[in-house]
Amino acid sequence: MIEDLLKDFGPVPALDGRMMRVLYGISLKADPGTVTTLLGSNGAGKSTTLGCAQGLLRPNGGTVRLLGEDPYGASPALRSRVGVMLQDGGLPPSLRPIPLLRHVASFYRRPADIDSLIERLGIDEFATTSIRRLSGGQKQRVALAAALAGNPEVAFLDEPSAGLDPQSRQVVFELIGELREAGMCIVLTTHLMEDAQRLSDYVYIIDEGRNVAQGTVSELTAHAAHEAPAQAVTFTAAAAMALPALPEHLTLAEATPGHYRLDGVRSPGDLAELTTWWTREDILPHALTMQPRTLEDVFLEIADKGNNAN
Amino acid sequence: MPTSTQAAPAAANAQGTLRRILLQGRYETLGMISNGEQLVVAVVLPLMALFGLVFTDLLKDVAANPIDAAAPGVLALCVVSTAFTGQGIATGFDRRYGVLRFLSTTPLGRAGLIYGKVMAVLAVLFLQVLVIGGTALLLGWRPAPAGIGWALALLVLGAAAFTALGLLVAGTVRPEATLAITNLAWVLLAAVGGILFPSTRAPDYLQPIVDLLPSAALGDSLRAALITGTGSVSGILILLAWTLIAGFAATRWFKWN
Repeated sequence: MIEDLLKDFGPVPALDGRMMRVLYGISLKADPGTVTTLLGSNGAGKSTTLGCAQGLLRPNGGTVRLLGEDPYGASPALRSRVGVMLQDGGLPPSLRPIPLLRHVASFYRRPADIDSLIERLGIDEFATTSIRRLSGGQKQRVALAAALAGNPEVAFLDEPSAGLDPQSRQVVFELIGELREAGMCIVLTTHLMEDAQRLSDYVYIIDEGRNVAQGTVSELTAHAAHEAPAQAVTFTAAAAMALPALPEHLTLAEATPGHYRLDGVRSPGDLAELTTWWTREDILPHALTMQPRTLEDVFLEIADKGNNAN
Repeated sequence: MPTSTQAAPAAANAQGTLRRILLQGRYETLGMISNGEQLVVAVVLPLMALFGLVFTDLLKDVAANPIDAAAPGVLALCVVSTAFTGQGIATGFDRRYGVLRFLSTTPLGRAGLIYGKVMAVLAVLFLQVLVIGGTALLLGWRPAPAGIGWALALLVLGAAAFTALGLLVAGTVRPEATLAITNLAWVLLAAVGGILFPSTRAPDYLQPIVDLLPSAALGDSLRAALITGTGSVSGILILLAWTLIAGFAATRWFKWN
């Protein structure tokens, strides 16, 4: 649980040696058996927030409680209940992955089943390669296994899906889902909307060091749908048709030959505008989709608002 | 936090402190002795120095038998190479790659990480003393029996002082700079810092500085102990002072990120 977290970095030479504030009062909460996601673009403050939550960084203001304790300077007992996957790995490059994982697991009284983690994450495929020579995605998998080696109650995963091929992504997502089912509290960061949407129970959108939106995925998308009228309908039909005159709030365009997109749909009446035109011109589309709102739309709208406010 | 401090031990999943430190010490030791460059610095170069000093007359005025004059200095060189140069470089790169940050989030923690490194330094130093000391004995070295206790204390205290100095360098500058500084210091201290040759050999204008260096305190005191069996309280005090100052500075300024 984090309340009103402030974090300054510095002194920064570019600011005449003053401190630079990177977090302006972040608040969040994560429960056992859930996946909580910090979503934001690069540099939004996600990793800094995690660093404070993990006890790696000392906050400049606010309160941070990890399993009821202050994580900064935490006891070994508290650290033994928390697993951390750092964004840049934090793995010694000269070692091979499996001895490293066994070494990390040896610090715990009740470690995870390392053999099954190794097998699940396909680490045995590159067991004889030193960490230095692993690909980005392979390193990610080792770092994930290292974070889970102690069978933690809370796992902080910084960008767990970055650099993974589709197959490993699938495996990692399944694993995260199972750990959640088993009651683990998982806090992860991502800048990928799709991942946030697929994995999360609860999402905090962070931008420029501030919480800008939060909720379950369905809350976030539904809420924004109510506020903003940006539903889209796409359909395919004959190329280069003459487009009808439509009410001002609707935009119809031929995105690529034969593929049309209607933006600004907010009521059934808007759809009727479209079907009236089809009836008049005797058009039967080959395919028709209404796009459900995605986190990406929410995120882009928030970013848009932010830019307009500036 | 009364509730949390009561709750934590019940759910604690950490192995005991000593066990974690021993595990980390073993892991760091294996890392050091399985690394080719480190082995060269830890064993091959000291052996070359030993042979070089025995088969030249560079130390002929220090002791009647050249090996008696050479062996203590080479043992001092081992301390600097393992505790300062090797350990400093390894720590610097571990810091660059985030290894220190990651391990400090495990039950091992920052303190365990440091104690593990100290253990590894002592373990590698023990192996070096066996190899170098054994070779020297084969070459006819006869250390003064009265000085052996002093020598062991000096080696341990020297390891503490140079480990603290190595951590201070590794924790405050970039790893490339750590590499340059610790290697350059190793060569300079070996040559004119009182390690291989008595500190009185240093140029006159450097004398006041050299006398206060941990290298001179270590090298000169080891020679006094093992050649004539004389204990050097001032050498012990200088090493102790360096350990405390560098240890304090490293605690204060070491950057983990």
